[in-house]
Order: sequence, then structure tokens, then C-alpha cells
Amino acid sequence: MHLILFFLFAGFCLAGAINLLVQTHPINSALSLIVVMTSLAVLYLLLGAEFLAIAQIIVYSGAVMVLFVFVVMLLNAGREERTLGSLAASRVGFPAVVALFAVLATIILHIHGLNAAHLGDGLSNAPGQSNLVLLSQVLFHELLLPFEVTSVLILIAILGAVALAHVEGSKLPNSETAAPK
Amino acid sequence: MSFLQQDVPLSWYLLLSAILFSLGVVGFLIKRNLITVFMSIELMLNAVNLSFVTFAYQWHEVRGQIFVFFVMMVAAAEAAVGLAIIIAVFRVRSTLAVDRIDLMKL
Repeated sequence: MHLILFFLFAGFCLAGAINLLVQTHPINSALSLIVVMTSLAVLYLLLGAEFLAIAQIIVYSGAVMVLFVFVVMLLNAGREERTLGSLAASRVGFPAVVALFAVLATIILHIHGLNAAHLGDGLSNAPGQSNLVLLSQVLFHELLLPFEVTSVLILIAILGAVALAHVEGSKLPNSETAAPK
Repeated sequence: MSFLQQDVPLSWYLLLSAILFSLGVVGFLIKRNLITVFMSIELMLNAVNLSFVTFAYQWHEVRGQIFVFFVMMVAAAEAAVGLAIIIAVFRVRSTLAVDRIDLMKL
């Protein structure tokens, strides 16, 4: 069962990633990226990371990709023009990518002591201890400060996004009349 | 029926992660649209997340999954700021083609 699910969703992942590269229209690329991210969520479930699977669907396939699709539609981005591409990318880039993948694959295939993933095994084999409990015990005790710092980062990112996208000197319609009550 | 009971070696998950990362790098190099280049970066982040989850499974270590959680949060912030930058660039240059946004090129 695990093998079938792995092959099915790994296939979806690869097909989506390749489709992202092949498509010329940004909206098609965005939709295939959603396929990749949702299949990755299923792979997280197979590896016993239930919380991350749901967070992947909500944050990535939900929030981030909606943002992408929204910007593609807002900017009315059309079909991308085929250019020759940069010379450095074709001369150095592609051999570098092939070399990178070869190195990664060689290292991965030479790791000894990797277990086999068994369906239903999580981080701990204790019965009744869910992934979420384990995660939150560490996250809210030892790693509380990084967690809070990340929330400040998100706040700064929101302010930065508004400041960047805001047009200088533009006024919202009826900004004078909409006084605070 | 033994096929149904078979376990998956963790190196396959790592190989899938490596393939997705390489595809992300290829997309970063060949795509000529600013938004699609940005999507390739998201693909690379996702590939790295998969290998984090795999290693968390291997060593029964919950901190690997927490790291993925932090990567997700930072990626969400990055997407918000990056897309705002793309909107600002589009407003000034009226194009999304990376070949035409060459103000900082030597």
C-alpha cells in the first residue's frame, strides 16, 4: 500500500514539476505547482508528519499559491516570450545542475543505515501520542523564542509587502470621508 | 500480496527530493518570467522540506519537522514580500520578462 501510494504521489510530484517547466503561461505553472505541493502533503502523511501535511496544504497550496495566482491575474501576465536565454545559464548552468544532481544522488545512494519507511510509523512508537503533541511540546517549550521571533518576522513581512505595493501619493477612494468613528 | 506490504526505502524519498530540487534549479535557469522564476524557488524550498521530513522520520527526531514548520513560515513571508516587489517592478517597468529587467546588470 505504501509503495503504491509513494509511486502514485511521487509521480504526481514529478509530473507537476516537469509541467511547471514546460508550460509557458504562468497560470499553468502555478496550477502545476499546486499539484506538486498537494502531492508532497500526501508524502508527508506517509512519513508520519500529519501536522506538516495539513500545514502544507493550508499554507502552501492554500495561502501562498492563491497569492501567486492572484498576482498572475492582477498583472495580467501573458505567455512568456521565448528568448535565447543567458549564455552563462546554458554554458555553466546546465552542466552545474547535472553535476549537482549526480553528487546528490551518489551521496544519497551511499548513505548506510537508512531505515525503510513503514506505513503508520510516526516519530515515536508510543501508542496514543500524536505527532501534534510531540511537535508542540518541543515548539512551545524549548523553541518558544524562535517561534515568537518568527511571528515578528511575519508582521514585518506584512508591513513590508504593504509598503512596497503601496503607490506613493495615491489616495483610496473616499479616504477623507471615511473618518474613524 | 507481498507487494502491498512492502516498505519504501527512505533513500527513494531523498532521491525524489534531489530530483525536485534539480528541477527547481533548471526552472530558475530556463524560465523567462519573473513569477515563474519565483515559483521555481518555492519548488526548491519544498524539495528541501521533503528531505527534512525524511530525516526526521529516520532519526525519530521531532526537531526536523519543526524546522520544516519554520521554513514554511519564512517562505510565506518571502512570498508576500517577493510578490509585492514583483508588483512594484511591474509598475515601473511594465514587463515581467527577466531579460528586460536588467537595470542592475553589469
